[in-house]
Amino acid sequence: MSELIYNHFDREVHPPYLSPEYKSTVLRAPSKPLVVIKQSLSELTGPVFGETHVGPLDHDLTRNSVRNGEPLGERIIVHGKVMDENGRPIPHTLIEIWQANSAGRYVHKVDQHDAPIDPNFLGTGRVLTDADGHYRFYTIKPGAYPWGNHYNAWRPNHIHFSLFGPNITTRLVTQMYFPGDPLLEYDPVFLGVPPKGRQLLISQFDLSVTEPHFALGYRFDFVLRGTNSTPFETA
Amino acid sequence: MPLQTPSQTVGPYFAYGLTPEQYGYYFKSLIGNQLVNPLDEPNAITITGNVFDGVGVIIPDALIELWDAQNKHFGRFGTGTDSQNRFVFHTLKPGSVDGQAPHLSVIVFMRGQPIHSYTRLYFSDEAAANESDPVLNLVPAERRQTLIAKKTSAGYLFDIYMQGEQETVFFEV
Repeated sequence: MSELIYNHFDREVHPPYLSPEYKSTVLRAPSKPLVVIKQSLSELTGPVFGETHVGPLDHDLTRNSVRNGEPLGERIIVHGKVMDENGRPIPHTLIEIWQANSAGRYVHKVDQHDAPIDPNFLGTGRVLTDADGHYRFYTIKPGAYPWGNHYNAWRPNHIHFSLFGPNITTRLVTQMYFPGDPLLEYDPVFLGVPPKGRQLLISQFDLSVTEPHFALGYRFDFVLRGTNSTPFETA
Repeated sequence: MPLQTPSQTVGPYFAYGLTPEQYGYYFKSLIGNQLVNPLDEPNAITITGNVFDGVGVIIPDALIELWDAQNKHFGRFGTGTDSQNRFVFHTLKPGSVDGQAPHLSVIVFMRGQPIHSYTRLYFSDEAAANESDPVLNLVPAERRQTLIAKKTSAGYLFDIYMQGEQETVFFEV
């Protein structure tokens, strides 16, 4: 039996540690080359999450934190598929979600942006992919917000995601953007991604999941690191 | 073949999404820092440490994840709630896995880090096993100490340095 070895990060699409235009990378980027290690049971055995980890309203950010009404803003549906680099779906894997509200304000206590907090929107949730690797959740479209990186710096609308896949080598934390956002071309976080990878972070409007008189749909697929074994190998 | 989805920083505002209970948000946490209950486990250990930036300033918005492949324990803690901005984990000390010295896998996330870092935590009271560990032996001898948590009266101390003379060894896993 051959060992399943996971591909390394594809550095042609992932952002490097150091991206001077994104100023806080300067003192936080490791400066020495990474030491390449052989994957062992330590890297390849988990963690694994399941149904018991996801609550009944975790997939609906428009309902999971209401106090006295509905959250304000544009309801959206985000869906897509989680797969590996070989195109194989990754079933029953955990996706964690967090984002700003429609006014561009995070509930996080250190966010000082002078935009209103929405008492009916926490902005966090989680889903598991189904047997075919699909996921789907409801939320409010997040607003843009200012940050201190440089004069008049604004982050584009985005949703944060955390994914696990089968083990710690496939761990991924990323951000999904929206098509046509004029702020993308000014955002050093997005532009830290090499040109080859940028389009992969922009969701697509999807009429097929848009619900009439209710919410717009967006599609965003995730591709996690795959393995070196190919199903079509010949002897 | 589809391309890997690029990483993006965890940002400064991960707390209510990834560690809500630790930071006092009204949402259930899936993953915390108490991998075992110290009251039930006489062998439980406490691991603490700080994360330092390139000028030696303590980073108060890092997120540390810990994976113990032997006991199948996974933990997560942000450095924003402890009075000294430490990460703190209560867990078991693992045994040897796969012919390697006892160790835990560590994943480091923070604002200003566009992609996460992998490191490992070994134990200072396992000197003999550490000597023959295949991964430690890939690391230049003068940098190995950055991967070894020091045993103290309170548990194990494991500081992480992103840069500088004591820069922690990070791995391509």
